[in-house]
Amino acid sequence: MSAADATAVRAVTRTRGRFRVALSVGVALIAAWTVVAALWPALAPYDPEAQDPLARFLAPGGAHLLGTDQFGRDTFSRMLAGARPVLQVAPPATVLGVLLGTAIGLAAGTLGGLVDEIIMRVLDAVAIFPAVIATVLFVALAGRSVTVMVLVIAGAFTPIVARSVRAATLVEREKAYVEAVRLRGGSTVREILPNIGPTVLVEATSRFGDAIFAAATLSFLGLGQPPGSPDWGASVSDNRLWLTVAPWTVLAPALAIASLVVGIALTADALRGRREHA
Amino acid sequence: MKGFLLRRAATVPLTLLGVSLLVFAATELVPGDVARTILGREASQASVTALREQLGLDRPWIQRYADWLGGFLTGDWGESYTLGVPVHDLVLDRLGHSLLLAGVAFALLAPVAVGLGLWAGVRHDRAADRVISVGGLAFGAVPEFVTGVILLVVFAVKLRWFPSGAQAPEGSGPLIVLWHLALPALSLVLLCTGYVARHVRAGTVASVESPYARAAELRGLTRGQVVRRHVLRNSTVPAASALGVQLQFLLGGLVSVELLFTYPGIGALLLQAAVDKDLPVLQAAALVLGLLYMVIVLGADVAYRLLDPRVRLGAVTS
Amino acid sequence: MITVDGLSVAYQGVAVVHDVSFSIAPGRTYGLVGESGSGKTTLGRALGRHLPSGGAVTAGRIEVDGADVLALPPRELRAWRASALAVVHQEAGSALDPTMRVGAQLAEALRIQGRPRGDVTGLLAKVRLPGEVARRYPHQLSGGQQQRVVIAAALAGRPRLLVLDEPTSGLDATVEREILNLIWALRAEIGAAIVLISHDLALVGRLCDDVGVLYAGRLVEEGPAARVLSEPRHPYTRALLDSAPRIGAERAHRGHDVTPLLEVRGLTRAYGKTKVLDDVSLAIGRGEIVGLVGESGSGKTTLARAVAGLGRRGGGAITLDGAELPTEVGRRDPATRRRISMVFQDPDASLNPSHTVRTILTRALGDGGGVAELAALAALEPHLLDVRPSRLSGGQKQRVAIARAFAGRPDLIVCDEPVSALDVSVQAGVLRTLADQQARTGVSYLFISHDLAVVYQLADRVVVMSGGRIVEEGPAERILREPRHPYTIGLLRAAGHEPSQRRRHVH
Repeated sequence: MSAADATAVRAVTRTRGRFRVALSVGVALIAAWTVVAALWPALAPYDPEAQDPLARFLAPGGAHLLGTDQFGRDTFSRMLAGARPVLQVAPPATVLGVLLGTAIGLAAGTLGGLVDEIIMRVLDAVAIFPAVIATVLFVALAGRSVTVMVLVIAGAFTPIVARSVRAATLVEREKAYVEAVRLRGGSTVREILPNIGPTVLVEATSRFGDAIFAAATLSFLGLGQPPGSPDWGASVSDNRLWLTVAPWTVLAPALAIASLVVGIALTADALRGRREHA
Repeated sequence: MKGFLLRRAATVPLTLLGVSLLVFAATELVPGDVARTILGREASQASVTALREQLGLDRPWIQRYADWLGGFLTGDWGESYTLGVPVHDLVLDRLGHSLLLAGVAFALLAPVAVGLGLWAGVRHDRAADRVISVGGLAFGAVPEFVTGVILLVVFAVKLRWFPSGAQAPEGSGPLIVLWHLALPALSLVLLCTGYVARHVRAGTVASVESPYARAAELRGLTRGQVVRRHVLRNSTVPAASALGVQLQFLLGGLVSVELLFTYPGIGALLLQAAVDKDLPVLQAAALVLGLLYMVIVLGADVAYRLLDPRVRLGAVTS
Repeated sequence: MITVDGLSVAYQGVAVVHDVSFSIAPGRTYGLVGESGSGKTTLGRALGRHLPSGGAVTAGRIEVDGADVLALPPRELRAWRASALAVVHQEAGSALDPTMRVGAQLAEALRIQGRPRGDVTGLLAKVRLPGEVARRYPHQLSGGQQQRVVIAAALAGRPRLLVLDEPTSGLDATVEREILNLIWALRAEIGAAIVLISHDLALVGRLCDDVGVLYAGRLVEEGPAARVLSEPRHPYTRALLDSAPRIGAERAHRGHDVTPLLEVRGLTRAYGKTKVLDDVSLAIGRGEIVGLVGESGSGKTTLARAVAGLGRRGGGAITLDGAELPTEVGRRDPATRRRISMVFQDPDASLNPSHTVRTILTRALGDGGGVAELAALAALEPHLLDVRPSRLSGGQKQRVAIARAFAGRPDLIVCDEPVSALDVSVQAGVLRTLADQQARTGVSYLFISHDLAVVYQLADRVVVMSGGRIVEEGPAERILREPRHPYTIGLLRAAGHEPSQRRRHVH
């Protein structure tokens, strides 16, 4: 082994160790919230919708771990229940966006020529239109529903995924192993696909984080779940009026969002890092 | 380079047309009757029909699109359905507020993010680098309204260092205005810093470890001289392109930050108009924001090309 | 006087240079030769005390004119580097700051020496570059010009030690010769002790006073260049000399069928307005090995890829056994496709990293049978069948690529620089496999190489390309020993082979 190899190996082992820690923390956070989203009725100490006029704005501690809101609803239970709406929107939106984007990116990358040119120009045109504005427009006008949220978020992701899949495909397509397949006349997509798998995985993880971001923001803006639902974004929005009286009612859902997106970001970063240092 | 500028300039009217069509088409999708929405459920059918005629909603869409676009270009943006004021003045006034907020945020973002990125890059794989990288990653993933709410709880409610609203009272001096804008600007900065710092860091690491930096050091330059003379120059290109990308995110973040800090900007206006189905305001605000995006994308692209001699002088075509 | 005494270097505990000692007098040149992994580059970096992070000198001394380099405190180390050291790395392009004009970079080198900015023009003149180069950015210069600029920067001071680390790798032979001539012309003026690091024993032997051969981090042989080259003492040196192909060496004379297998007529290819191939015609006989030589940009790779049906479209016709082939491989019928295969230059890119060797060969065979036989044909050990390419060495990867090329029982294999990424000792084995399989199967090769000696060893006939045209062609023996075209003569000279006709005139 040459000197350069030796250092490279050491550096890789060291960075790999760091990525492993980030990956475990990230996956643990995602797994925890997924379990909560599925099983919150069993975990929540109170009914998140149950109002108690005698227990309004209770501070954290005692019978209510994270206090209560202006209707006397248990903040902790609402935080647990709020995991479900977000995790109902983000995964399907991510899957849909990544599938569409991968298909378009692969088609553009492998077919090349005029097809590629047309696809890229359309993607450019779509990308120049700010996603937030488009999202606000469509959700506000097309009405609020889980389906609309999923479609809007997936639509915003498709061009992003398509671009990076196309870029990865173009890199692979020029490699000699693909040319060897072209020479003997096999399917180049079949050869390329396993090698862009890591790119798609990293894209999917990053987009999953963005999907949570987008779903939470839409709810916060009043464009997602109806007001009064335990959804995190909506809770922050509803309770910000009582910010000075009961800060815990906004902090709990806010920190819930933060922990989930940070978990996803750590996972995505570790996956990207592992691929780049592989 | 000149050819590139001309080509890009030529795309502006085309994109304008596309964006305007998209905005118009989106507002056409409004379910239900706009006139009915405005007048409310109790209004009589006759008054609804009268309002439809008054608003011109009974004409074909292509005619209304042409009228609308023509009006937009000549400065006649119509009147708000709900507020009854001219849309032109309303949108531009709100745009001014937003640009002030965005400007303050960007003025804070650029030096902080680029500085942190450089620092992390020069001291890469040390503690400072880890903190900057992981911190930037985390804050970049969290929606700006979440960081904003946490900032509000800590700095406005608990510590009382900053006001909770972003709008300074009428006639306040510039320092008071800045004081009010500090928290919303900071939540935007936290959103964007990580991305910029990461890109600058990557460029800096590549430059610090590059053969030309090694060659300079072997010629007898100190590490500091190498960083000042070579690394800094080579980090400006990734810094400029990352800032360009994040400026777009920063504008997008305006919607929720303005809502959270009750700031009368164009993002909040857009949202309110969408909820109220105030079509003239919605169309104008969306189109103005779309144009602003386009200008930023174009500006970032041009800046990137001017900064890198390899691109400027035509060795790399990208 | 440079003295290296018992130097050992390790990377995080792994020793890569063991107990190396040598010394060089001022004005003398010392060649350090070794293959990849020999530790030569590490040794070169240790001389400037500039090891990559993780590397450390574990024992020994380096003394330059009485200064103990390894013991210098940081401030004095910088002063020593500025006053006594100059380093020229491989790939000059990356050793120059891409965002700074050449003049500014040279001015910086001059300022360190306390010399005025005005000396830039003089410095450029010294390396035979016009003064206007100062206003250019590095990317606007050719590879040879970039390397001249780096040398100019090295000449800004009065170095006592000049380290040349593969200074011409990546450059064409004629440019390489110009650069080396320049350094050697300036040698007396510099008056420094020069260390030339290279993988090319013949080149080093030609240029240096003394030679040290590195193998696995140890200096296995050392002595005057002439002696090491003519009477190597260590078996490794001997193997290195034997495995390097030489023009004029014994070669097998083989007969082959003269019926043409493949004919290329009037082939033209262009990128925009630049013609890469300009009316090229060529014939390859059945069982014939045609060597295709030329410098980068000569069009040889474009020609080879066009024959295989890759690359862009253009004019001209290609016929196989008299039948015209579509220019694009996608339009050729499956039976024809099978008949022409290819071995690519870059071993790392030529195999699918996601598949095992077995999968790669099975897919190439199509019907699936005979993977073991195919591997044996390329002298690939059976236990390598179930590993992925990342676990293979460069030579093993190229053997897999060769096996894959033979999978469809082709009539013609296009070999695009198949051994140029390999060490000399590995290269010899791969070339032997190619020759053996040709003899066994009677396949034809279109063999591209920038290394004339490799072509001499393998090819029956040689085609020389320059500027998209064929400038000379004929039997290998004749072209490479008695060239007629000035371009061919220049190529041979640059590679250090004095053509025999000329030699008669000179001596």
